[in-house]
Amino acid sequence: MELTEEQKTRRRARSIAIAWALGAMVVLFFVVTIVRLGANVANRSF
Amino acid sequence: MSDTSLDITPSRFDASSVNGTGGVDDFIALMKPRVMSLVIFTAFVGMVVAPGSLHPVIAAAALLCIAVGAGASGALNMWYDADIDAKMQRTAARPIPRGAVSREEALTFGTILGVGSIICMGLLVNWVAASLLALTIGFYIFVYTMWLKRSTSQNIVIGGASGALPPMIGWAAVTGTVSLESMVLFAIIFIWTPPHFWALALYRSRDYERAGIPMLPVTAGPDATRRQILIYSLILAPIGLAPAFTGLGGTLYAVSASLLGAVFVALAILVYIRREGKQAERAARRLFSYSILYLMLLFAVLLVEHVADSLIFAGA
Repeated sequence: MELTEEQKTRRRARSIAIAWALGAMVVLFFVVTIVRLGANVANRSF
Repeated sequence: MSDTSLDITPSRFDASSVNGTGGVDDFIALMKPRVMSLVIFTAFVGMVVAPGSLHPVIAAAALLCIAVGAGASGALNMWYDADIDAKMQRTAARPIPRGAVSREEALTFGTILGVGSIICMGLLVNWVAASLLALTIGFYIFVYTMWLKRSTSQNIVIGGASGALPPMIGWAAVTGTVSLESMVLFAIIFIWTPPHFWALALYRSRDYERAGIPMLPVTAGPDATRRQILIYSLILAPIGLAPAFTGLGGTLYAVSASLLGAVFVALAILVYIRREGKQAERAARRLFSYSILYLMLLFAVLLVEHVADSLIFAGA
């Protein structure tokens, strides 16, 4: 089935929104991990 | 009140939309953003009034999970109810009946968001809050949407439990537990739900009748509904005051809850008295609009009082 130009635009916007959401989730997990570890981040032994 | 004898076997909606053509706005609409805003607000208040503290980043993560979980519930509700949404004026413009999103897409979208929000809540915040979020979504979809909504006039009385859980989730996000105080917040929304929805159902009863949903005005008639609205409003007014006795609310809350509850009862009495024509519809519409304001203000006063107390404590 051939999509119209408008349908293609909407699909593209949706794909971008999904990408942003996934990116935001990665950032959220990273930030919460840092918050939970707190000062212990600097206390690790090498 | 008895259960309905209406035959409302769900005839699944045959959506003619094509997968992958819906826009971002259609998927946002699937999440019922207006309902979501009340859910986020009450959960936020539950979080603020809970004893203890939560890092702002984790608090924001908890609210995000609650918001996404609420959105998932909305999407799954629209997936299952697409057939009746298409028959009702109020819901006919939703993304699935409009053909913007297919039922299949709504199911996938809602399932991913629902499962994702529960897992994220567990990993980022705590598993008690995650369990309550799972209970909220599960109760809304399996108990309310799939079972009660089409089978009994008590649908929103029991189903209202899912809408009442968000402050308890907020509380659990901070404390990791469920307590009497958080149950009081649950009770307020639980008792508030029937008069809120029945006021709407009074002036939308033809819509519900056409869709075969056994709302109270359809099965028991408008007069019985008016009586039930009044009874629930008379129960709600004192329950709205309860936080003042459990230590959650102070003097400002006690005064505000008394006034707000008195207005609620007064509007319910008007609904009970005015039974004919435009006046009756206006009274029901007014109560419906006020009920939203009532809940917002009640929780807003709790919030303001706690923030003010914290500032005074910090300054002392």
